[in-house]
Amino acid sequence: MLSVENLSITFSMYDRGLAQKQLTVITDLALDVQAGEVMAIVGASGSGKSLLAHAILGILPDNAKVSGSIWFKGDLLTPQRSSQLRGKAIALIPQSIGYLDPLMQVGRQVQRTAQLSGLSASDAKAAVNRTFDRYGLAAAVQRLYPFQLSGGMARRVLVATAVVAQAELVIADEPTPGLHPDVVAETLSHLSQLASEGKGVILITHDIEAALQIADRVAVFYAGTTVEITPASDFYSGKIRHPYTQALWRALPQNDFIAVAGSQPSPDALPNGCLFSERCAGVTAECRSERPAFRQVRGAPVRCIHAAR
Amino acid sequence: MLLAKDLSFRYPRQDWILQNFNMEIAPGEVVGLLGPSGFGKTTLSKLLAGYLSPTAGDVRVNHAPLPRSGYCPVQLIFQNPELAVNPRWRIQQILAEKQMPEPSLLEALGIHSGWLNRYPHELSGGELQRVAVARVLNPATSYLIADEMTAMLDANTQALIWHRVLDYALVQNLGLLVISHEAALIQRLCNRVIDLVQVRASERWKGA
Repeated sequence: MLSVENLSITFSMYDRGLAQKQLTVITDLALDVQAGEVMAIVGASGSGKSLLAHAILGILPDNAKVSGSIWFKGDLLTPQRSSQLRGKAIALIPQSIGYLDPLMQVGRQVQRTAQLSGLSASDAKAAVNRTFDRYGLAAAVQRLYPFQLSGGMARRVLVATAVVAQAELVIADEPTPGLHPDVVAETLSHLSQLASEGKGVILITHDIEAALQIADRVAVFYAGTTVEITPASDFYSGKIRHPYTQALWRALPQNDFIAVAGSQPSPDALPNGCLFSERCAGVTAECRSERPAFRQVRGAPVRCIHAAR
Repeated sequence: MLLAKDLSFRYPRQDWILQNFNMEIAPGEVVGLLGPSGFGKTTLSKLLAGYLSPTAGDVRVNHAPLPRSGYCPVQLIFQNPELAVNPRWRIQQILAEKQMPEPSLLEALGIHSGWLNRYPHELSGGELQRVAVARVLNPATSYLIADEMTAMLDANTQALIWHRVLDYALVQNLGLLVISHEAALIQRLCNRVIDLVQVRASERWKGA
C-alpha cells in the first residue's frame, strides 16, 4: 500500500549571516506498509519518526529538500498528490486535542472532516453519528468543546476524525504517552481494529511495549534512518538483529534495564560509517568506513554488517 | 526527612483534590507514587516542591517549612522539559542556574559539549530532559520529585537517565519520589510504593 524508498530530507538553514548550512535529518530511510497491517515505528526523539509522517502527508516546511520516493497504491506520491489525498485516503491521528479547534464543538469538527472528504452534508452527518456510536461516544458528546472531554474521550474523538473520512492509510503519531494504561489499551485496540478492516496503520511511538501490543511489524529508527524492520514476534523470541534494537529491548524496566551510554549523533555531525557505530559494543573498523546497506538476516532487513547470520 | 502532614488542597469553590494526605520520605529512600489520572499526583508533587501552597496542612524538610525564596531543597522534574527551561537562555546558562554540574556528570548523562551553546528548541526532548536532570543534581537539592520524568523518552534514554539519577542519589543520600503510570518502572526503582487508590479507600473507611 505504502512504500518509502531511499528517502532523505535535508533542511537548509541560516548559519551565520547569509551563510547557509545543510542539515540532513533523514538519510536513506526505507519502509513499507501493507493493507491490513499495523506497522510500528519506534525510536528516540529526534530519530525522524514525525518527519516521515510529515513527508507522507506532504506538510514539510519550504526549506526541506526531499530526495528518494514515496509510493502510495502504486503511484508516486508527489506534493500535489499528497495534498489531494491527505485527510481523505491518508489520515493523521494527532498526538493531542491541541490539534482540534478549541472553539468548535467536536461533532461539527468531525462532520467537517467527513464533508471535506467528499460526503454530502446529510451523509456526513450520518457518518458522524455512526462513528461516534462505534466508539461509544454518546450523542451529547458531539456538542461538547475539546476542553470538556476527558483524556479517554479525547482519544476516541481523534480516532473518529480519522475514521469518518474512510481513510485507507491511518498514521497515529505518539497516541499514548502519559495516559493511564486502560486508555492506552483502548486506543491501541482501536488502531488494531482499523487494521483488521483492511486499512494500513502506521503507529509512531517511542514506547516499544505499546507498539508490541498490536504491531505486526516494527521499524526501528535511529538518527534518521531505518536500522531494522522486524516482525513484532521476533522481540519475544530473541531474534531481533540490530544492536540498537537489542539495546532498546534490554533497556525496558521489565527486562534488564541496562542502557547504552551516549546519545544519538546530531544531524550536523553524523559519523561517516554506520550511524550507531559510536555507541555500538561490537564496532569494528569496517563499521566506521561505510554506511551499511540493508541485508536480509533471518528473514528481515537490517542495516548491520555484523548481525548474526 | 521530607514530610507531608495532613496535606489538603483544592482550587477555590471546587472539590478537594487532596485531603489529609500524610507521607514521609527519608534521605536515600526511593518511593513510588501510583494512581490513575485525576487522583492528585501532579498536585501533590507541586505542593511538595513549593509550586503550590496547601489549602491546609504543611510540607516540611528536615523539620523546617519550605523556604519562601531562593533555591528550594525539593526539586521537581516534569514530563515536558521544554516547559521547564527558559527558551531564551542557552543550555550553558540553564545548566549553571544553580551551579555548573561537574564535567563527569555531564559526561555520564551523555550531554555533549556541543549542546552548551545551543538554545532549548535546538535539542530534542530526550536531550533536553538530560539537561533538566543535570541542572538539579547539585548539593543544594535534598529531595527530587520525578513526575513522569521519562514518559516521553525511548527505553534506552529512560534507563540511562534513571541509572545516573540513582547513582547520584546513592552517593549524595538524595530522597526520591517517582511518579509514573508504568508499574514495571516503579517496581524496578522503588523501595516502597504509595498507591493513591488505597490511600483514598482507607480514608473513606476512617471517615465512615
